[in-house]
Amino acid sequence: MGEAIVVTSGKGGVGKTTTSANLGTALAMMGKKVCMVDTDIGLRNLDVVMGLENRIVYDLIDVAEGRCRVNQALIKDKRFDELYMLPAAQTKDKNDISPDQVRQIIESLKPDFDYIIIDCPAGIEQGFRNAIAGASQAIVVTTPENAAVRDADRVIGLLEKSNFPSPKLIINRIRPNMMRSGDMLEIEDICQVLAIDLIGIVPDDELVIKAANSGEPTVMNANSRASIAYRNIARRILGETVPLSQLEEKAGMFRKVKKFLGMG
Amino acid sequence: MTGKTYVTIKGTKEGLVFLLDDQCEFVDLLDELNAKLDKHVQQFTGPIVHIFIKLGARHLEEEDKERIRAILRRQGNLLIQSIESDPPAADPVEIPGTSLHTMTGIVRSGQTLEYSGHLLLLGDVNPGGTIRCTGDVYILGALRGAVHAGIDGDVDAIIAASLMKPTQLRIAEIISRPPDEWTSAEPWMEYAFLRDGTMAIDKMTSLSRQRKEVMQFKGV
Repeated sequence: MGEAIVVTSGKGGVGKTTTSANLGTALAMMGKKVCMVDTDIGLRNLDVVMGLENRIVYDLIDVAEGRCRVNQALIKDKRFDELYMLPAAQTKDKNDISPDQVRQIIESLKPDFDYIIIDCPAGIEQGFRNAIAGASQAIVVTTPENAAVRDADRVIGLLEKSNFPSPKLIINRIRPNMMRSGDMLEIEDICQVLAIDLIGIVPDDELVIKAANSGEPTVMNANSRASIAYRNIARRILGETVPLSQLEEKAGMFRKVKKFLGMG
Repeated sequence: MTGKTYVTIKGTKEGLVFLLDDQCEFVDLLDELNAKLDKHVQQFTGPIVHIFIKLGARHLEEEDKERIRAILRRQGNLLIQSIESDPPAADPVEIPGTSLHTMTGIVRSGQTLEYSGHLLLLGDVNPGGTIRCTGDVYILGALRGAVHAGIDGDVDAIIAASLMKPTQLRIAEIISRPPDEWTSAEPWMEYAFLRDGTMAIDKMTSLSRQRKEVMQFKGV
């Protein structure tokens, strides 16, 4: 039986879809059988980020309304045999599917996959309720901004109310230099406010934007700093103990040397 | 002496209960006690009778109690078992207020915690979270959200927190927001209260001076 993990945030634009795509791909790279489910009905993006847009035949709503079987709607990734995605419908909206229908679809996927990554839409309305319906674990994505942390806190409250005892936190788009100069919220401060387990920090990386535009998840690129961070998160999901600040310290040392030489 | 009786005598299984009026002058009381004993002198002879004296709300010094005993001692068969006053009545206003309720958890953004009475929260109040309480609010944790103490108009209510960084504080009808009106974030525990109708912050140790509660400490 697979584990269904919902990736959520409350606020839009913090990197839910990017995180879903990269965690799904990273888990598949580590030999797991993974299905990514896009529940952002009406504003689907996961297929674009994964570069699978042109392969969509059926979608989530088609499955819910019985126009096809769930296996017919699944799209196999072009890079990994064990990676699939279930796209959202683009022509409908969030109210066209109910949490119970999503739960049934996720349950029907569980026997065939090790992990089911559910990409949640922004907001806390029907779309959010749909997305968390089938999940047993939650990852909350935030960025080091007050607004994003506030929304993450709201979502954590809702998750706790919906029986997610221990959601995990990813802090995305970290700029170590801004954090050092005090212009950005500190990781420690964010963790203190949100008071949930931190499962990873991802540095801001231009390669992520480039990768998303070319339909190749960042984790495929071994040189990207964000890629290492996502792979570490995937290893932590698998139960490995990977120290958190490794990447940060390395980048920090490098900058310190650069600064010392008068280049920073 | 007036016709009003200050001394009521009731018979019980254990003996006689003397109910003494607690509103009249003590001297009048003694006079009537004397008169009653003289009047019923017949009934007070014979086997030993146990006497229980109830003073009501009146509190007597030992020498006044002795004066009552002296009067009753004139009858050889009356044995005084006790002279009692009612325990001081609890202030009725205090009763609902003094109940302190403990809750554990984080009040997150969008969540509201309501309670009537005093509230002790073991946990944080995050930005966007709210506590509303008729009495005091004590937070063993960080206060980063909003707290309204004394929502029914209790201007003596206070808000105390281990870390005082609220988005807004309200006590009774007064609304205040830092840092326009005050600033804080000291490393020691602080509390907010109303001083002449405006919000003020002070360190926790000042509260005892403000409330002037008597504490009895053990030891030397």
